[in-house]
Amino acid sequence: MSETFKPDTDAHVLDALEWAVSGNAKTVEVVGHGTKRGLGPVMDTDIVLDISALSGITLYEPEELMMSVRAGTPVTEIQAALDEANQMLAFEPWSPKHIYGVEGGTAGGLFASAVAGPRRPLAGSARDHMLGFHAVSGRGETFKSGGRVVKNVTGFDLSKLMSGSMGTLAVMTDVTFKVLPKAEKTRTVLVLNAKDPGAAMRAAQNSPYEVSGVAHLPAGVAARSSVSYIKDAGTSVTAIRVEGPGPSVEVRCQALRDLLADQGELEELHSHNSTTLWQEIRDVAFFAGDSQLWRVSVTPTDGPAIAEQLGADTFMDWAGGLIWVSQDAVDDANVDHVRGLLSNGHATLMRASEDVRARVPVFQPQQDGVAELMNRVRAGFDPHGILNPGRLSGQKGS
Amino acid sequence: MKMPTPDAATIARRGEIIERLRAIVPGEGVIVDETELKAFDCDGLMAYKQLPMVVVLPETTEQVSQVLKACHELGVKIVPRGAGTGLSGGALPLADAVTVGLGKFNSILDIDYDNRCVVAQPGVTNRAITDAVEDEGFYYAPDPSSKIACTIGGNVAENAGGMHCLKYGLTTNNVMGVEMVLMTGEVVRLGGKHLDAGGMDLLGAVTGSEGLLGIITEVTVRILKQPDTAKALLVGFPSVEAGGECVAKIIGAGIIPGAMEMMDKMAIGAMQKFVDSGYPLDVESLLVVELDGPEAEVEHLTERVRALAESVGSTFLRVSENEDERAQFWKGRMSAFPSVGRISPDYLTMDGTIPRHRLPEVLTRMNELSAKYDLRVANVFHAGDGNLHPLILYDANQPGELDKAEAFGHDILRLCVEVGGVLSGEHGIGVEKRDLMGEMFTEDDMKQQQRLKCAFDTTGLLNPGKVYPTLHRCAELGKMHVKDGKLPFPDIPRF
Repeated sequence: MSETFKPDTDAHVLDALEWAVSGNAKTVEVVGHGTKRGLGPVMDTDIVLDISALSGITLYEPEELMMSVRAGTPVTEIQAALDEANQMLAFEPWSPKHIYGVEGGTAGGLFASAVAGPRRPLAGSARDHMLGFHAVSGRGETFKSGGRVVKNVTGFDLSKLMSGSMGTLAVMTDVTFKVLPKAEKTRTVLVLNAKDPGAAMRAAQNSPYEVSGVAHLPAGVAARSSVSYIKDAGTSVTAIRVEGPGPSVEVRCQALRDLLADQGELEELHSHNSTTLWQEIRDVAFFAGDSQLWRVSVTPTDGPAIAEQLGADTFMDWAGGLIWVSQDAVDDANVDHVRGLLSNGHATLMRASEDVRARVPVFQPQQDGVAELMNRVRAGFDPHGILNPGRLSGQKGS
Repeated sequence: MKMPTPDAATIARRGEIIERLRAIVPGEGVIVDETELKAFDCDGLMAYKQLPMVVVLPETTEQVSQVLKACHELGVKIVPRGAGTGLSGGALPLADAVTVGLGKFNSILDIDYDNRCVVAQPGVTNRAITDAVEDEGFYYAPDPSSKIACTIGGNVAENAGGMHCLKYGLTTNNVMGVEMVLMTGEVVRLGGKHLDAGGMDLLGAVTGSEGLLGIITEVTVRILKQPDTAKALLVGFPSVEAGGECVAKIIGAGIIPGAMEMMDKMAIGAMQKFVDSGYPLDVESLLVVELDGPEAEVEHLTERVRALAESVGSTFLRVSENEDERAQFWKGRMSAFPSVGRISPDYLTMDGTIPRHRLPEVLTRMNELSAKYDLRVANVFHAGDGNLHPLILYDANQPGELDKAEAFGHDILRLCVEVGGVLSGEHGIGVEKRDLMGEMFTEDDMKQQQRLKCAFDTTGLLNPGKVYPTLHRCAELGKMHVKDGKLPFPDIPRF
């Protein structure tokens, strides 16, 4: 068991990393609550740096649509503050509850792992909402990038790089991000047993009705929903979410119903059921348990065909652009089959046993030139590779 | 503004360099004649001019790759250039560098309505993307003022914004992929028609990198369906504070308008003189608020915005009755720059972002600075996202006025940083704001940013002298300052 350090000041984070690189080149696992330890291979490092004591909302200005927090701030605390001001993280981060069977998570973990939910095609991902940060690099030096305002082209946008880096570049101590008002009203139009789910999703996504979620659940997946309309449908369910001011939502739902009338039987979910359904989709509740779980991002029109060829339990989000795949555990996680189906895009092994994650590259390997580039980028932040070594497995530079 | 000292040895090899380039790009694609080079001697920051050593206009990615590879071998610097509309001098030539113009990369390669994206060459103009898809009811959302002329490659390099980025995002939120050539000539592809590249987001880092990381040769952007309807509201206020308060109330009420622009009295007067947009002249600040979406939503939000405006004491309020009127309301704001050009021989366009609620204070202090420097300033403001464009009026024919105007501009940007804002919202740092970077960043911050450049361009040949005030060699940046190996923090909690 590695020794765990739990610094409670920035100076201590700096001390720890200065020490780690000072000739010793100790390897360091960077964690918050550790709720996403299931993503990427198991770390075997000299020390664990737990940043969860760096906690607290340092600045929240609802009218400025921004919030700054210490990196170890619990996501639940952030959500509670946002709820109070009727605002949200518009990129709809998933909770690890059903994927990893754990609750919690910190702001640092949220942004470092670049999570995004069903609203991704409309509102962007964590990377689109992160405005700035303070960090200590794997060189043992403090630095910052970005700021607290949305429009900013002042120096390279290192926030983008941090988002998705899985803690392999630097240890964030503070993060500033954009927040947005919650919608006044939410409804979901359902198409039951759609004739052509791909066409139905596309028609909705490409309509002028500003849909904020387009998903397709095959019958077997729909049956696992806790929303009775969906559970009892007995058919596949294509779900289209509409959010906004009250009168607008009603008009847009009606317009979508007209647009999709020839696709199949139509239903509509109101607020409460809508919220439940999209939480299930966001958190992949249908695939709770310990099956192997892939998250596959593709060109949306390729989604339905790829989902079919995957030949496992799947459902689609992002109008076909995101496929969640649940399969029985096999030694190689069917990695060649899954990645072999992709002509572009990427597949991430979100859940598998420790030994499978040690063998199978969890993140999509990049083409050579890009992999080398990532290697060099990583070296600029963490030349000795001390931070979360191997965490972005599959990608060189990790 | 001090640029890196031109390397005499490189200039002495000009003939050899031209020969190498001509072997790659035949005919008129290599420009060496002084009168022809003049067309490339500046970008939108016209106060600075420099004749490039050579200009090359490649037509294929392969040619770009060969040009960079040759220059890498020869140790020759490169300045990338799109349409040259940038306002911060990012495409300002260097006397010892080859300017690579992407003007011939002007084709749209793929329009994919089903996946809501367009693949374009970097020299396609911003507006041409919307033109290509609007018959099908689509558009490309980021809309910098220069949209008719500026290119999509330049937009990516500068992370261009525009009026509509409050609701629809900046370039960085609308770019899905690029093909780019590194200084070594290596071609890499980042992203594509799928979302999120997976792992480290190099695409995000490249966007807004001002031509320091590579030359973009292809761009995939997201297109959106045009909203059903749009209405514009013109709202006038007796004070700047009231205008600012109205903006805060609208956002605070959970309304994100398609666009929300503000201007001060000097700007209103200049615009109304230039083109009749129906702007009232007896107000201290004017807002143009655009609401878009389904008709029912637009109606609903119009009434809410009207009520909010009245609650903070608006003295003028008009709602566009039809498309013509909406266009008329915008005409003034859209012609902000030429309008100001009409009331002053020269002007400097500044570009800072501030937290919105600091606006009244910033404007008050800007007026004090205006008195101190004895130069007029007109303000247009992307109010929704706090992006300020003070236009400093001066006369370049008066000795010393340009210097004075620049000093005034720098003071404004320092003020932006002081109140929690940044040096540039959408125009980039370029050479214009390069020497102010220290106002926002420490030496360590900037060194870490430059290590990213080293990963892309180890020799530092790509667009040197831009963005960062001090050029460091990559070897120097890579050095580690090893400290004593003892654990110096006995008081850190351990388990």
